[in-house]
Amino acid sequence: MADYRMNEAELEKVFQDRIDDEQKIEPKDWMPDTYRKNLIRQMSQHAHSEVIGMQPEGNWITRAPSLRRKMILLAKVQDEAGHGLYIYSAAETLGISREEMVQALHDGKAKYASIFNYPSLTWADVGAIGWLVDGAAIVNQITLQRTSYGPYARAMVRVCKEESFHQRQGYESLLVLASGSKEQQQMAQDALNRWWWPSLMMFGPHDAESAHSAQSMKWKIKRKSNDELRQAFVDQTVPQAQYLGLTIPDPKLKWNEERGHYDFGEIDWDEFYRVINGNGLCNRQRIVHHRRAHDNGAWVREAVEAYDEKQKARKQQAA
Amino acid sequence: MTTTSDFPLFEIFIRSNRGLDHKHVGSLHAKDYEQALEYARDCYTRRSEGVSIWVVKSSDIVASQEEDAVSFYDPMDDKPYRHASYYKLPEAVNNM
Repeated sequence: MADYRMNEAELEKVFQDRIDDEQKIEPKDWMPDTYRKNLIRQMSQHAHSEVIGMQPEGNWITRAPSLRRKMILLAKVQDEAGHGLYIYSAAETLGISREEMVQALHDGKAKYASIFNYPSLTWADVGAIGWLVDGAAIVNQITLQRTSYGPYARAMVRVCKEESFHQRQGYESLLVLASGSKEQQQMAQDALNRWWWPSLMMFGPHDAESAHSAQSMKWKIKRKSNDELRQAFVDQTVPQAQYLGLTIPDPKLKWNEERGHYDFGEIDWDEFYRVINGNGLCNRQRIVHHRRAHDNGAWVREAVEAYDEKQKARKQQAA
Repeated sequence: MTTTSDFPLFEIFIRSNRGLDHKHVGSLHAKDYEQALEYARDCYTRRSEGVSIWVVKSSDIVASQEEDAVSFYDPMDDKPYRHASYYKLPEAVNNM
């Protein structure tokens, strides 16, 4: 109870000491308002990404090449909805409502991973998304299992456990294409060509340019920097591409013996900011679709309310 | 005569350490939430087992029944493709 007599500076010290000591922050702990806001921003953006990310893949469910692939893709898209739910719920422990978060998405105030503003043009894209986009997300989410906010960290443990099938099914499906006909191989290569750079962009701006990075690292919301995570992703993905017999579309990509890492070319940052600021190929479509799905689902929410009232009335009558 | 079993039953959940989930440890009777919290402290954390306690009225817990498991969980049993191990990858790339 002594905490309540502390002033703000003392509370902040207790808070930061706790973080420095690798302890988690839990919902009812005192936390600086900026920590809360920063977390709400990152977590809602993460949850929106899970949900918006269903669209490029959902685009292929009815056209998956076999019943097996269709069941796998359905299960994966269903998982993404679940992941959105885990993270939205964890964010709600910070005192923001689901409605507020969804509204911010619709108003363009909250962002989501910009990679989902690229279209999924062929079946090979579904494989590439699993392999590269989920692969990149896993690299990031593995470190977030150690993020300082308890509910977020626990949600990430669950997500990571479920996510590994996503990457493996994507890679497996590309493996089939890569060992198929010439056309199938070309389709796989074309998908890699289009998804490679947006995947690298998923890790965000360089550390020096990243608006929230320094504070987020101090608070241990983020555990590794954008550039560190990007490098880890490149290092793990290059041998996987080689095994598929595909070429990564980057002439500067080269193993650097001295660093023990792959060197790679510069991201087209103009494209990055263009897409993030709303002018990618599918930005408008993604939000329009999300709004439409939300509006079209209104009758379900109303039916739940009506059923609840009916049940209550029935119980009252019986009593 | 009033007996403590007239008091509502509470289920007790304890977080043993920051960052971990609250785990169910048992139940007890108490007159209200505050009392339940104090009894839980006295009863379940005598050896510093926890850093946080949740108390929930047992009557507020809605639980599925194990006997219903067959129909309740059945749809999950025939979906092996939800597991990572379903996808057989060559040794060289099997670490994903």
